[in-house]
Amino acid sequence: MGYCITSGRMDEIFHGLREKYRIFAPKQGKQYIRYGEVASVSEIVHREKSHFSPKEVFYPIVQTLLYFTDTECRESTLLDEREILLFVRPCDINGIRRLDQMFLENGGRGDNFYQRMREKVKFFLMECEKSFETCFCVSMGSNIAKDYSVAFRFPKEEGGEFLVQVKDEAFLDVFGKEKEWAFEPEFIMENEKKVQVPDIPSRSMVKEIHALPFWKQFDDNCIGCGGCNTVCITCSCFDTTDITYREGSRDGERRRIWSSCMLTEFTTMAGGHSVRQNAGDKMRFKTMHKIYDYKRRFGGENMCVGCGRCDMRCPKDIHFSETIQGLSEEVERLKEGGHQDE
Amino acid sequence: MNNITLPSPYKILQILHETNAEYTFRVACDDQVEHGQFYVLSIPKIGEAPISVSAQGPGYVEFTIRKVGRLTDGIFGMEQGDTLFMRGPYGNAFPVESFKGKDLVVFAGGTGLAPVRSMLQYFSSHPEEVSSVHVVAGFKDRDCVLFEEDLEKFKSVFHTIYTLDNTQAPGFETGFVPSFAKEIPFDSFSDYNVVIVGPPVMMNLTARECVKLGVPEEKIWVSFERKMSCSVGKCGHCKINETYVCLEGPVFNYVKAKELLD
Repeated sequence: MGYCITSGRMDEIFHGLREKYRIFAPKQGKQYIRYGEVASVSEIVHREKSHFSPKEVFYPIVQTLLYFTDTECRESTLLDEREILLFVRPCDINGIRRLDQMFLENGGRGDNFYQRMREKVKFFLMECEKSFETCFCVSMGSNIAKDYSVAFRFPKEEGGEFLVQVKDEAFLDVFGKEKEWAFEPEFIMENEKKVQVPDIPSRSMVKEIHALPFWKQFDDNCIGCGGCNTVCITCSCFDTTDITYREGSRDGERRRIWSSCMLTEFTTMAGGHSVRQNAGDKMRFKTMHKIYDYKRRFGGENMCVGCGRCDMRCPKDIHFSETIQGLSEEVERLKEGGHQDE
Repeated sequence: MNNITLPSPYKILQILHETNAEYTFRVACDDQVEHGQFYVLSIPKIGEAPISVSAQGPGYVEFTIRKVGRLTDGIFGMEQGDTLFMRGPYGNAFPVESFKGKDLVVFAGGTGLAPVRSMLQYFSSHPEEVSSVHVVAGFKDRDCVLFEEDLEKFKSVFHTIYTLDNTQAPGFETGFVPSFAKEIPFDSFSDYNVVIVGPPVMMNLTARECVKLGVPEEKIWVSFERKMSCSVGKCGHCKINETYVCLEGPVFNYVKAKELLD
C-alpha cells in the first residue's frame, strides 16, 4: 500500500513509533554523516550518502560479549529489548545479506551476539534520489532491494510530502489511515562510475593474480589504516580482547571489536609470525575477498555491493572501484597471455 | 539458543615443564577428541587463542604452550587446581583411519610436534596397526627439545631421526628437518602417508623436498596454524582464499594446501 504524508504528520508518526521501536538513520555529526538514533524525520540526512554504513547499529564497533569471575563466565544481556527501525539504502540491504551470510550461515551455526541484535532490525528503505559520486552499485548488481518493511521517498523540499510504501503488514496500523497514494520506490539503474568485475575463468588463475606486479602500487600508496574496512557495509571481521576491572582481580569482561585485514596485526600470532606484511598483499587479500573468494565460497553474489563509502573514506585517495577495474584489465591480459586452465 | 562462543570452566589437573619456555597443561575433560583437533583456550583478562591438543587420555586432554604473546604469558601464571575456560574441540583431524595398515612418515618442527603427538602416542601403543612409522623431529637446540619421554618411547618402536638446527648433542643429528627427507626409504613402501607439521617455511620446504623425491602430493598432509578470534568461521582472521582454516582445517591435504595462498 502507498501513502502520501506531510512532514508534520510524519513527525507525529515517528513520535508514535518510538514508543515501541528505536529509530536509527544517517545523521549529520561534527565531521561525518553517521548512523544514530533519531527522534524526528528532520534529523535524517537523505540528500547525501552517509560516510559510515548502518552496520554499527546492530554490529557495534565494540561490544561486551561475556563477563568473567574466577570460576564463572556468563553471556552479556542486551540493555534495550526494543526492535530497531533502520533507514537504509538498497545497497545496504544487499550488503547486510552478506553480513548475515558470514555471521549466521558460515560454519553452519549462527553467532549469538550478532543474531540477537540483527533479529530486532526492520528495514526502512530510503529511495536514492540520485546516484552519488562514488556509487557503483549497478556494476555490482546491488542497486535493487526488495526485502524491506517500508520504503520512503523524501520530500524534494524540506517540509514537503513523503511518499511511503508499506510492505510489512505490521506497519499498516501505523500508516494505514494516511492519504492513499500509488507509490513504489524507484531504483538507480545507472551510475556515473562503472566497473567491470574481473571474470576469473578458473581457480588456477588465482596463483597468477597473486603474483601480479599490479599489487605493488599499493605498497607505496596505502598506509594500512583500515578506514576502508570501517565504513564498509560488508566487512565483518573482528578481534576479541579481555579486560579486567582492577589490578589483582580476575573479574572482567570479553569484548568484540571490529578488525581490519589492512592492519598488520590482523594475522599476527603469539610469537610474532604474520602473513601479508606489505600493503599490496593486504589490498590483494581484501580485493579478492570482495570480488572472488566470497562468491566462490557461497555462490550467487560477490561480497562488494559498490556502495563506494571506502572511496570516500580513503585518506590516500585509493579508489576501490578503480582497483576492481584495474584487476579486471590485468585478468584480461592474463587470459590473452595464454593462461592455461589446469 | 546454545551460544557457540561461550567457554566452559575446566580444572587444571597438572602442569608439566617441558622446557623453560614450554609447559604442558593437563586439563580435566571427557571430550572425545580426534588427533589433530584444537581448543580455544581463554584466561580471563588475557584473551583467547587456538591451541592444539597435544595428548589425551581417560578424563583429560593436554595442551603444550610456548611462552610467547600475551595469552600464553597469562597461562604461565596459572597453577594446578585453577580454572581454565575453554571451548572446543574444533577443526578436522588427521585421517588416522586411512593411515592404518600403511607406512607413516611424520616430519615435525619444534612445537609442531604437539599436534601429532597424540597420534604418535596411539601408534606407539598399537604398532601392529601400521606397517611402519618414521619420525623426523627437529628442534632449535638441546634446550628446546620437547616430550623427551615420548621421544625415547618413539625411538624404541619407530624409525626416528631427531635433529637440532645448528648445534650438536648426543642422540641428535644436526640440520634442518627438510634435509632429512632423503633419509626416508619411500621406495621401499607399498602404500604410505606423510604428515608435516611445523613453522610455515619448514612445512613448505619439507613438502617440496618430498615431492622432489617422488612422493605424490595426495599422500602429504599438513596442519596450518593461524590467528583466530572465534574458530567458528565468523572473525575472518584465518581465511585464506575461499577457505577458513578453523572450519575446513587445520589439517589439509597438500593438493589443497599448496593452492592456499595467504
